[in-house]
Amino acid sequence: MDLSYSEEYEEFRREVQAFLKGYWPLQGDEAKLSHREQATLFRERAIAQGYAARAIPKRYGGSEREADVLKARIIGEEFGKAHAPGDIRSIGASMLVPTLLEHGQEWQKERFIAPTIRGEMVWCQGYSEPGAGSDLASLQTKAELDGDEWVINGHKVWTTGANIADYMFCLCRTEPEADKHGGISYLLIDMKSEGVQVSLLRQMTGTADFCEVFLNSVRIPAENIIGKRGEGWNVSRSTLKHERNMIGSAEASRATFRSLLKFAKGVQLNGRPALEDPVIRQRFAQIEGYVTAHLYSGYRQLTLAARGQEPGLAAMLNKLTSTNIGHMLAKLAFDLVGDQALESPSGDEVMNLKPRGGQAWVSQYMWSLGIAIAGGTANIQRNVIAERGLGLPRDRAVQRSN
Amino acid sequence: MDFGLSDEQELLQETVRGFVAKECPSPKLREIFEGQDGYDATLWDGMVKMGLGGLVVPESYGGAGLELLDLALVVEVLGEGAVPGPFFGHSLATLALTLGGSPEQKERWLPQLASGEALGTVALGEDNQAWDPAAWTAKVSEGQVTGEKAYVPYGERADLIIVGVGGGGLVAVTRESSGLKVEPVNGVDRTRRLARVTLQSAPCESLPEAVADRVRDAGLVLLAADAFGGASKLVSMAVEYAKTREQFGQPIAQFQAVKHRLADMITEIEPARGLYWYAAHAFDRIPDEAERAAALAKAHLSDCFMQLARDTVEVHGGIGFTWESDVQIWFKRAMFDRTFLGAPAYHLERVAQLADW
Repeated sequence: MDLSYSEEYEEFRREVQAFLKGYWPLQGDEAKLSHREQATLFRERAIAQGYAARAIPKRYGGSEREADVLKARIIGEEFGKAHAPGDIRSIGASMLVPTLLEHGQEWQKERFIAPTIRGEMVWCQGYSEPGAGSDLASLQTKAELDGDEWVINGHKVWTTGANIADYMFCLCRTEPEADKHGGISYLLIDMKSEGVQVSLLRQMTGTADFCEVFLNSVRIPAENIIGKRGEGWNVSRSTLKHERNMIGSAEASRATFRSLLKFAKGVQLNGRPALEDPVIRQRFAQIEGYVTAHLYSGYRQLTLAARGQEPGLAAMLNKLTSTNIGHMLAKLAFDLVGDQALESPSGDEVMNLKPRGGQAWVSQYMWSLGIAIAGGTANIQRNVIAERGLGLPRDRAVQRSN
Repeated sequence: MDFGLSDEQELLQETVRGFVAKECPSPKLREIFEGQDGYDATLWDGMVKMGLGGLVVPESYGGAGLELLDLALVVEVLGEGAVPGPFFGHSLATLALTLGGSPEQKERWLPQLASGEALGTVALGEDNQAWDPAAWTAKVSEGQVTGEKAYVPYGERADLIIVGVGGGGLVAVTRESSGLKVEPVNGVDRTRRLARVTLQSAPCESLPEAVADRVRDAGLVLLAADAFGGASKLVSMAVEYAKTREQFGQPIAQFQAVKHRLADMITEIEPARGLYWYAAHAFDRIPDEAERAAALAKAHLSDCFMQLARDTVEVHGGIGFTWESDVQIWFKRAMFDRTFLGAPAYHLERVAQLADW
């Protein structure tokens, strides 16, 4: 156990700091560019320096560096401190690009990877459907080959960013005769195609942060497929192993904990500062136990990865742990906001106006549920932990349907 | 940056794990649990022969010269096995002398304790949950100590008792001292027996350094480590049982109600090992953070252990509620870990105070 970095890494940290000092924020005329243009410009320089797109080969616009979780972490820490735009965290960069690298054809890699990691090409993910949530493989959106085009009909839901996306990577049923998982293909749809209709999906929070996408006889080139026909399920699964969020969720939990603590210092409860209330103190201390455990588990997973070992079971618990903590924090926040909880966190007419102060915590109270459901519900996480982590048998109904 | 164990530490855990599997399997554990005094000479001798009697004792006094983290790692494994005996109190006594004893006291006692020739223990708590050194009332006057110490691990068997006294000091009292009365307590955890120690002008020697808070913090870390080991063992017991027990024509592990509970159990305990690792590491290397980290680790892990013990009984159903089932052995270790040195609510309030909330 040694919580300091070795000299090699401290040296690397100094290099990153020096780079940031010289290049961010942008100066002179460059500072007059739009936020997005500034970010793109800076990101190109960070890639050239080897501080971004490290896992991407140079021929596709990346910086092609040897995998090093500690260096990645140092870059993350220093870029975070400087509020500098590092690796783009979009759905395209985190999910599509690794999939392309593993399964894509050469022309697909050349065309799509570079603009995606620079942030110029925006993607959305067409997975969930109204009838296919946890049981994603039961999806019904149909794609049929007509000459050298796919003709697609269906309805996707919970598609984050579909209203601004250039492309969608989409799971469609192409082999109606095949079994449930074997009939799916992974297609790339240009969102400007005729027949693509996007509408905003408003959540209980009052804001609309997701979309629904209706696909009516949408035609795309036959070559816009990743992997072979019927391999879409496996292609989509391969991205999951790239989602190595070992530490991000824990650090986010700690940040939320700290800001709630700060909020509590300015709030009165039972005629005294809330933090002097014995019950509130207990709850904060109790939650700190979970937050700290989650963080140390992240450090341990990072250490194992740095040693070339598999974090195994511990990594499977990250999402459930993080959303459990989210629930605890949200409940505590809800008790601290008092009467503000009677007011809607968003003006009913004004969509997507981010709430502030106590209202932000009211919004968070609802969002903690959204996060527990998105990307594999808490109950699906429990199935995964039980079956893959603890080796328990699968449900009989699920065994039959597969 | 390395939040992990060294090869030596992993080897230490594996060695002790192998020893426990061989020397303290379920029938043996059961025999000691049911026995008169919760002590088995062969088992204890085996442990001290491995060097466990003096893990944190400096090499110059015949020990292994290791740190609290190493000791805590051993305690985790002993917690997994619910290994009965005086290890906890003995280890704290060696630590108290190592940290606070005079050279002459160390010379006299540490080699004997490390070799197992003598058994040590600590008498810290007093009645009415007086676990905090500031709350101790035993009085020292002219080399004699007078007071009542509650819940002393293996007090009846110990050759040397490190006693906490008013003002937060520590004194050493030997078994032969006049004015020392030791009575067994009918403890709930039969793998860690307790006694009540009454001192009536008993001759004693003060430890020159003020280390009572440090010894308490180390105790908290060790209880947290024991809780982690015990809770992990409970999850694997519950998982194994759920895979083999059949009802309605299938293993109960196939019912989602059971699966999800088991998933929640592992999610509760697995990420939490770092709490005791860090608390031990802070004790060894980051003194400013040690007290709060120890309180947090003990509060969190002992509470978790207790809850998982309840869950494990429920997964087992009727058999889990019997005296015959081994689950009760860990259940009662959880009761001990949760209560000894102060319950979670007490330490959570300390966590708040130590952060100036």
